[in-house]
Amino acid sequence: MQWEVGSALNIASILVVVIVFAAMLIWVERRLLGFWQDRLGPNRVGPFGLLQVVADMIKIFTKEDWIPPFADRFGFVLAPTIIMIVILLSFSVVPFAPGVGIVDSNIGVLFVLAMASLGAYSVMLGGLSSDNKYALLGSLRAAAQMVSYEVFMGISLLGVVALTGSFDLREIVLAQEGGWFVVPQFIGFVIFLIAGVAESHRLPFDIPEAEQEICAGYHTEYSGMKFGMFFVGEYLGLVLISSLITVLFFGGWQGPLLPPLAWFFIKASCFIAFFILLRAAIPRPRYDQLMSYGWLFLLPLSLLNLLITGVVILSAN
Amino acid sequence: MTELFYSGALVAVIATLLVIVQTNVVHALIYLVLSLLAVAVVFFSLGAPFVAILEAIVYAGAIMVLFLFVVMMLNLGQRSRDQEKEWLPARTWFVPSVLALLLLIQLVASIPTAGLNIEEIGARAVSELLFGPYVLAVELASFLLLAGLVSAYHIAKR
Repeated sequence: MQWEVGSALNIASILVVVIVFAAMLIWVERRLLGFWQDRLGPNRVGPFGLLQVVADMIKIFTKEDWIPPFADRFGFVLAPTIIMIVILLSFSVVPFAPGVGIVDSNIGVLFVLAMASLGAYSVMLGGLSSDNKYALLGSLRAAAQMVSYEVFMGISLLGVVALTGSFDLREIVLAQEGGWFVVPQFIGFVIFLIAGVAESHRLPFDIPEAEQEICAGYHTEYSGMKFGMFFVGEYLGLVLISSLITVLFFGGWQGPLLPPLAWFFIKASCFIAFFILLRAAIPRPRYDQLMSYGWLFLLPLSLLNLLITGVVILSAN
Repeated sequence: MTELFYSGALVAVIATLLVIVQTNVVHALIYLVLSLLAVAVVFFSLGAPFVAILEAIVYAGAIMVLFLFVVMMLNLGQRSRDQEKEWLPARTWFVPSVLALLLLIQLVASIPTAGLNIEEIGARAVSELLFGPYVLAVELASFLLLAGLVSAYHIAKR
């Protein structure tokens, strides 16, 4: 076995690293939030509170895994698995470094978008089969939010795809050798960032699970590891969005001196920290504000960005 | 690719059958999504990755989400399940099953014995066709969609 795209070693290590990293983010997020909000955060379990994740995991695995008698069992059990599966599948097309990746697909970008759109079923089914009004409200919001922001997410990527001339994420990274796409595609980058937060329904766009309004939204009835899967799924989504931003707009693994994997890690970590800062800094918008902001502002802007990119590419040829 | 085709086709057939016999609407929708994804796999195995992924994005990812969205609003409970059961007794199955069996026999008889010549058609080839010889059809389809959009907006406004 060796380091080449799609080898068994590659697949296993990417799977393990991604899941462990996502679980560690539970601790990272709480420490960083504590830092920005001028308090300590979890610092008791192990050095710097590093073992907090282990404690959390033990707790979540040993909790009673309860299915409410009024819930629809089929949908209730299916829902949390969907989010984990689709996000882990999305990682299969992400190129981490030369030779590190699971598959180089000529439909890579589209595959990620397809998986993102299937992820909507997780929150919808979770809320619907819980048979709880808060859960239902949460999943109604989630459905509208995810379907809408998927559109802008797709359109904002098209500029990058047009500049590269390929849907292959590895080729997109290689095309950025002369300069990162964030410069010519700055508007696309900003829209993708916003849509990414909305797709992974993190604060400030965590409207489907807004605690202060609707209990915990779509996962109100969930407990134990089923809740844990939604929870880790959200962090996996955060890692995925940060990796995608790195690949699409910031030249992926490319950078001087340090090895490629280190560069990828540094860039992706910066975005993860940025997303956590967003959570600490920005309050949640109202539901209708989010929708009208998307359709009336982001959609025209992303179309205009695509149009101008097209004109520039055509005139350059 | 042949194994991929047959497994995808098998899942599609079974999932579609389950869509019909389910009395719970949400379960039926989940099986319909599964069936569409299986059809995407079939497209993929026949050398059309672009169509396959569009099938997953548009049908499984967008249209079925809207179906589920509507079902959420309807609040269908035990009553609709009973109604469904009433509508689908055993004797209704007889004629459709016979007809489907006849079709299946014809289909099996007409399967070409020689292997299919599969040639992969990527995104670029599809786009060249869409914006080349078929550009008029694409424009007409977009007119139709625009008309649907405007009328939906009009109805929602009132």
